[in-house]
Amino acid sequence: MDFKFTEEQKKFRQEVRDFLEGEMKQGLWEPSCDAWIMAYDPEFTKRVAKKGWIGLTWPKENGGQGRSFIDRLILTEEMLRYGAPAACHWFADRQIGGAVLHYGTEEQKREILPKVIKGEATVGLGLSEPEAGSDLASLKTKAVESGDYFIIDGQKVWTSGGSHMNWVYLLARTDSNVPKHKGLSEFVFETSLPGITVRPIVDMTGGVHFNEVFFDAVKVPKKCLIGQKNGGWQQVLNQLDYERSGMERLTANYPLFAAVTQYAKETKRNGKPLVEDPLIRSRLAQLRIELEIGRLFMYRVALVMDEGKAPNWESSLAKAYGTAFEQRVASTAIEILGLYGQLSPQSKLVPVSGMAYHSYLSSKGYSLQAGTSEILKNILALRKLGLPSQ
Amino acid sequence: MNLALTEEQEMLRTSARDFLTAKLPKTVVKQIEESETGYSPELWQEMAGLGWMGLAFPDKYGGAGMSFLDLAVLLEETGRACLPGPYFSTVILGGFPILDLGSDKQKQEYLPKIASGELIFTLALTESNARYDAAAITVEAVAGKDGYILNGTKLFVPDANIADYMLVVARTDKKAKPESGITIFIVDAKSPGISSTVLKTIADDKLCEVVFNKVNVPKDNILGQLNQGWSKVEKLVERAAVAKCCEIVGCIQQALDMTVSYAKERKQYDRPIGSFQVIQHYCVDMLIDVEGARLSTYQAAWMLSEGLPCTEEIAIAKAWASQVSPRVMALAHQVHGAIGCTIDHDLQFYTRRAKAAEVTFGDASFHREVVAQAMGL
Repeated sequence: MDFKFTEEQKKFRQEVRDFLEGEMKQGLWEPSCDAWIMAYDPEFTKRVAKKGWIGLTWPKENGGQGRSFIDRLILTEEMLRYGAPAACHWFADRQIGGAVLHYGTEEQKREILPKVIKGEATVGLGLSEPEAGSDLASLKTKAVESGDYFIIDGQKVWTSGGSHMNWVYLLARTDSNVPKHKGLSEFVFETSLPGITVRPIVDMTGGVHFNEVFFDAVKVPKKCLIGQKNGGWQQVLNQLDYERSGMERLTANYPLFAAVTQYAKETKRNGKPLVEDPLIRSRLAQLRIELEIGRLFMYRVALVMDEGKAPNWESSLAKAYGTAFEQRVASTAIEILGLYGQLSPQSKLVPVSGMAYHSYLSSKGYSLQAGTSEILKNILALRKLGLPSQ
Repeated sequence: MNLALTEEQEMLRTSARDFLTAKLPKTVVKQIEESETGYSPELWQEMAGLGWMGLAFPDKYGGAGMSFLDLAVLLEETGRACLPGPYFSTVILGGFPILDLGSDKQKQEYLPKIASGELIFTLALTESNARYDAAAITVEAVAGKDGYILNGTKLFVPDANIADYMLVVARTDKKAKPESGITIFIVDAKSPGISSTVLKTIADDKLCEVVFNKVNVPKDNILGQLNQGWSKVEKLVERAAVAKCCEIVGCIQQALDMTVSYAKERKQYDRPIGSFQVIQHYCVDMLIDVEGARLSTYQAAWMLSEGLPCTEEIAIAKAWASQVSPRVMALAHQVHGAIGCTIDHDLQFYTRRAKAAEVTFGDASFHREVVAQAMGL
């Protein structure tokens, strides 16, 4: 057992911090909550790419750095700590690159991975549909073989990155005559193909990061099929382990936690700093404790990945725990700010840059994306605890 | 980073679990709980024979030279088995402070006898205000001709009824600030003027009220330095808190395992209750809490073992363990149904011990305050 980071890992963390501090000093962006999914900045992504920090864990022969998942977690932890605008590359770096690496052909690896690594490909995630949420395998979007193409018809919803994507990942039905999870296939292709329409969905915060995406007789070349035709379900389960496993499931609103802690230190009520109020001390300390527990869960996931195993139950546990924590951060922040907590980012007098308002509303989605907490708990019950299925 | 136990630690865990499963069925736990002494001399000697008392002490003091992290693995097993008796008191509250603070002579005198199972130790720290702070210490030690005279009352002293020695935390300078005038003494528990009364507790362990009435303690029996004891007591409490976390992890892991097995077996509406989603999610909520306790406890134990500064990590571990253990036990009971509430069911041993462990060496509020200070609040 050993809970410490190596000297190289500490140096790497410092390198990431120095880079992000430098960016902020130049005023290139403002830190924000949810920056990994809401803050799209193609130029930032290009600068990150130049550092070699996209595809960090991918093999060198595929243009990656061959680094560990612990290293990647250090990188993403710092990106999130600084609230850096990393959304352009986040999804491809986290899961689509991995899907191509695991299941793609050499040609696909040569075509897609370098574009992701250079920060040129922003990939949207086409999984959920209006009638296929938790029951993802019941999705209806069809991909019908026709000559050298698949013809794709259907609709996706809650497509992260939809309004910024130039590539899309798609899970679609390629066989309707078999049990629902045995007729699915995965595709990755460019959105410049005719027949794709994106309609943004405005969320409670007023922001857009979810989208509806419509596919109307889109002719997708066969070379865009990833892995086995009709083998998509097993492949996507593996991908979901990656989608669920990151630090963004714990510290998406870390900038708010840091800001509200600072606020409580600096703000006086009745002549005394807020932090001298025993209840506020206790609330903030409780969040600090819960954050550390979550970090241990997250680092364990990375360790499992570094052993070459799928972090199945570990990532489900980490995400179910972490997203509930993020929601408590947002809720507690508003309580600590009191009446000021309700002010929107655009309001006069708003404290902590309006992050409390924003995060409280956006955090409702955390426990729904990438597997609801209930689905994750089902996975844990069956696969970790061995309880009987219903 | 690496979260796996070593092969040696796995072997220690397996052998400890096998031994405790064989020697300590709950019928025996119950007998020991109901006995006047609260321990089994036969079991104690067998444990000493396995090298448990000296596990983490150096070879030259009769120990096995293993680490505190190794001991953490064993403590988890003692928690899982509900081991009654003075193991924790002797090793954690007696042996380690002597190892950390003792003179060479004191170490030579006591540690080999602790390792061999000859001596039972305990710590007399808390008093009537039941808090782990310096101002709580009122038992007084006044310098006399050739030693000190102890007067006052200690409360919640574990195993004082059977201890051979106790470390007594006493005030030696009343004029100094609360934390500046405190000294630790090694006191022969058979000294004239000491009387112990066992208190009836939720865990049926033997917490005692210990009255010191003009008790003579030789000057040589100061552990560490005169008036410099409090910072050492704080470190001692930190170590004890981690050790208590290890017991809690064993305790709530066992409660989870029992609950999952029961949910698989127990049928209602013609199906195992563990197939109902509500029951499944209760079990998963327990799992998340237990896993958090395990990781944070082992992080703290590892840091302590490596000699790294870890006040905050210890406080995080104990705050979490103290916070989650009652809710883990509550869900364990909810899933077990009425049978789990009976005196003849094994679950009640864990319910009672978890509650006692929760408040011992700092409850969640106590440790949250430590974390608040570490955050600079």
